[in-house]
Amino acid sequence: MSAPLDLPRWADTVLVPAISVVAAFLVAGLVVLAIGENPLTATRWLLQGSLGTGEGLGFTLFYMTDFIFVGLAVAVAYHAGLFNIGGEGQATLAGLGIALVLNNLTFLPGFLLIPLGILGAAAFGALWAAIPGYLQAKRGSHIVITTIMFNWLASVLIVYLLVNVLREPQSMNPETRAFPEQSYIPFMHDVFAAVGIEIPNSQLNLTLVLALAAAYFIWLLIYRSRLGYAIRVVGSNPSAAVYAGISPARIIIIAMVISGALAGGLAVNELMGYQHRLLLEFTSGYGFVGIAVALMGRAHPVGIILASLLFGILYQGGAELAFEQPAITRDMVVVIGGIIILFAGALDGLFRRLVAHLFARQKLARA
Amino acid sequence: MSPAIELIAINKSFGAVHANKDVNLSVARGTIHGIVGENGAGKSTLMSILYGFYEADSGEIRVNGKPIAIRSPDDAIQAGIGMVHQHFMLVEPLSVVENVMLGAEGGAMLRVGEAKVRAELARLAKDYGLEIDVDATVGDLSVGLQQRVEILKALYRGADILILDEPTAVLTPPEADALFGLLRSLKEQGKTVILITHKLREIMAITDRVSVMRRGEMVATVETADTSPPELAELMVGRRVLLRVEKAEKTPGAPLLEVDNLSVVDGRGVLRVASASFTVRAGEIVGIAGVAGNGQSELLEAIAGMRQPVLGSIRLEGQAIHSSEHNPHRMRQLGLLHVPEDRLRTGLVPAFPAFESAILGFSHEPHLGRGPILDHDRLVADLAKKMEQYDVRPPAPRLKSSKFSGGNQQKIVLAREIERNPKVLLVGQPTRGVDIGAIEFIHRRLIALRDAGVAILLVSVELDEIMNLSDRILTMCGGKITGERKASETNEQDLGLLMAGVVDEAA
Repeated sequence: MSAPLDLPRWADTVLVPAISVVAAFLVAGLVVLAIGENPLTATRWLLQGSLGTGEGLGFTLFYMTDFIFVGLAVAVAYHAGLFNIGGEGQATLAGLGIALVLNNLTFLPGFLLIPLGILGAAAFGALWAAIPGYLQAKRGSHIVITTIMFNWLASVLIVYLLVNVLREPQSMNPETRAFPEQSYIPFMHDVFAAVGIEIPNSQLNLTLVLALAAAYFIWLLIYRSRLGYAIRVVGSNPSAAVYAGISPARIIIIAMVISGALAGGLAVNELMGYQHRLLLEFTSGYGFVGIAVALMGRAHPVGIILASLLFGILYQGGAELAFEQPAITRDMVVVIGGIIILFAGALDGLFRRLVAHLFARQKLARA
Repeated sequence: MSPAIELIAINKSFGAVHANKDVNLSVARGTIHGIVGENGAGKSTLMSILYGFYEADSGEIRVNGKPIAIRSPDDAIQAGIGMVHQHFMLVEPLSVVENVMLGAEGGAMLRVGEAKVRAELARLAKDYGLEIDVDATVGDLSVGLQQRVEILKALYRGADILILDEPTAVLTPPEADALFGLLRSLKEQGKTVILITHKLREIMAITDRVSVMRRGEMVATVETADTSPPELAELMVGRRVLLRVEKAEKTPGAPLLEVDNLSVVDGRGVLRVASASFTVRAGEIVGIAGVAGNGQSELLEAIAGMRQPVLGSIRLEGQAIHSSEHNPHRMRQLGLLHVPEDRLRTGLVPAFPAFESAILGFSHEPHLGRGPILDHDRLVADLAKKMEQYDVRPPAPRLKSSKFSGGNQQKIVLAREIERNPKVLLVGQPTRGVDIGAIEFIHRRLIALRDAGVAILLVSVELDEIMNLSDRILTMCGGKITGERKASETNEQDLGLLMAGVVDEAA
């Protein structure tokens, strides 16, 4: 018997992550101090750059869109007891799916092409996740190992294809030709302009709405549907699943398919929403950020949205910070992000235990 | 002479649970002292405090009259307290000598320590009749002998006071008798023994005095000679309990479950069930008696469709079950329901709210929701109704499954299965870790089902339970069915021999 780690819901989902973030910022502050800069000024630039201007906010929300998709991808697998760290590879393949659909069906109108592009992303991401899922389910190959391998396979494959197959003949750049214009997902500033509201230009596009819808849909799936029930039984108690007549192998494959499809959302936002072509390394390591986002958000869609916003602030604000205070380089910003990941993800149990202890003590005092 | 152990006003809380409330206990030297109580009464907590796993919030511990602080098991060992856990703390691939040495190697090189251990084990064998092959690999030893290694470990570390936690749970009746003989000889040599158990029969057979705990409090300490099982049961539960369930004679009906020549192999390729054949009829309880780990679990799982048998077949209501439909899902549809042995690992999902655990195995049923979405309000309302019928406490469908006591968890599982009108019900360890009050309730329910014409196959390691409920009893040993008896025409000794495989009538 260990001391019970039961916390009120608000403490579990809000208080503990908040403490983790504060602790991370304190430690990051020490690092900034150590290189001779003022942490308060740095924090001000971070917030100013990410939330202080309309344009900055737009970029923050653009990154947030990426993180919601990859965070949800990790969370769905996590509910089935799987650690999918192949978001990078799945998103990369999803990008390939988008390019193949959009550049081959150029004759279609936008209202058909956009959904088909999104479906292409989901299908390719799902396929790239389904293979490790199948290997885990039927062969017992550990999903962590296989998804890492599939990240490398994806990155090598995309280099080969962009250099040798998909590149435009006249171009020196390893990228496809631009997608047909009717396939662009509208920028938010254009959408607002259409209804007469002026907002600053940024990369932010309608994919954010898709991401929020996906979050709601995943909440419904995981916590309310029969399939989600089966996924959670498998993840939480595999032998109970066997008893219940739920096939863990089948559920593992299904969960990975959903997870991979969600990771495809990253490609939708980056390529259909902003770059409008397939190019190398458009995933920028965000697939891995999804792990931190899901951990910090307790694999719950609401938590994931909040954690995504935090990481959006960090990425956008960090870029501004590196620009305004050159002593704090981009690498430094990555370090700060790493510290937050460390505290929010890996050291999450540290504060949880502490808080649980305090709650127990307080309860005792009241009793 | 001061008592070996004195606990004075011990208090311990876990969160809101007050596990020990002002507990006082005095154990005289050279006696066997029993501690009984329902699950969750605080026995294990109290012993964990004495052995240094937990620190008490307040209170005092005296050993041989001297107040001492016990902050870790090391302190307890220093004070001459040894503990034999219900789940052994042994390293199976190591030998007996190596296990005894573990944590007391006496230096970086093993040689010196090993010689000392061998000499000491020889002396213990002579003094207490604790004989054992010291070079045997522990994993190869029988459970009874493994327990003996645990006792040797404690004695080697100089234990004068030995705590045994539910020591007979894993033993056959003859092994339990051997253990009691050993405990008596330890007592004669001046050792003090504290025996935690919920089996009143053992308390009566071996202890000198007995203390009863209820809801964290020590409610009585009496001389064993002056008390009786009904009195102890009443003290434990706080009200009068029937230790035996009344059941009327009944002539069983048509065969509902026929098992023919069933053989099951486990994941490692070991044969766990060897050619089992038997029949369970409508309105009959067939009990399978056996020491834990002799194939009963695998037998139940194979019938339920959780494992594919390598050989043999089963028939339900006379219909042969084809191997392609022999899965848990299909078996449920055909009316074979299953209360699994291990409710925490299998029967429910501890992390889920109770209302979600209450549909485990049935989440596909159309009436539980609309299309792919489950109707939570309905699930909660359904369970609330069942909780009332089954007297589940607290009646809170949204509470996490793990927060209910063992007995209440079992009632949730039982309600789930029974309320779906089984034709055949497989029941594994229905009252393991369940308090006496709930045991009575569960037994009555099972008898009522039998009277309603359900065929029940009951697996339990509690021989009392098997003898109490069953109409017919099968014994299992080493995966084989070694005998069959009418419950009215057998006794413990008879079954004990069959369970131990000494007599094999099927051979």
